[in-house]
Amino acid sequence: MKTNDVILKSVTRVAAVIILTFSIYLFMNGHHHPGGGFIGGLSMSSAIVLLYLSFGVDKVRENIRVDFKKLAAIGVLIAIGTGMSGVIFGKPFLTQTFGYYDLPIFGNTELASALIFDTGVALAVIGTAVNIILSISEDR
Amino acid sequence: MIFKTVLVIALCILALAILANLYRIIKGPSSADRVQALDSIGINLIASTAVFSVLLHTHAFFDLILLIGILSFIGTVAFARFIERGVVIERKR
Repeated sequence: MKTNDVILKSVTRVAAVIILTFSIYLFMNGHHHPGGGFIGGLSMSSAIVLLYLSFGVDKVRENIRVDFKKLAAIGVLIAIGTGMSGVIFGKPFLTQTFGYYDLPIFGNTELASALIFDTGVALAVIGTAVNIILSISEDR
Repeated sequence: MIFKTVLVIALCILALAILANLYRIIKGPSSADRVQALDSIGINLIASTAVFSVLLHTHAFFDLILLIGILSFIGTVAFARFIERGVVIERKR
């Protein structure tokens, strides 16, 4: 059946960009303010679900060539690897460090190893959430 | 002092509105009524979050307002598609 949902598609083209930007803002915000890897990944997966809703599975799968099962596994591996790197240096599991570095554009910036852990959490959340919703919508 | 009282009264009215929407969700004759009530609960939550952040003199909840708006929008779109077509995410057979 040919469906005509031009309003939803036009709104999605604008709103998906806003939601993706907001999710990256939440993700980077999580060190000192409300936010973090979990909620950043959750809002990014909600943007991907909105794309799936308005454009259908096949069109999105053509354009986002990411296997979300592998993405979740890679995320968990990154998170555990960051935790294990503390063990290598003789500290407890999940020890985090931070330091201040002079970057070219940003000036004196605080870089923390918790950001890499958060990246792993975000990837795991994106993969799991999108995978759950796709597999729920598969059977009728 | 009066300003704070007005804000608390507004919060109470918003809570009553959410209760009325809950009644519509439980009792609602058709599923379109329930979806409308869910969307309205989202809007009421946004309003009460804004009133709370005025009351508490903080801007930590402003991200939350945007997030509730996004999630409520996506939920309403999904429910509308489910009511209209019976399938939420389209795929080719």
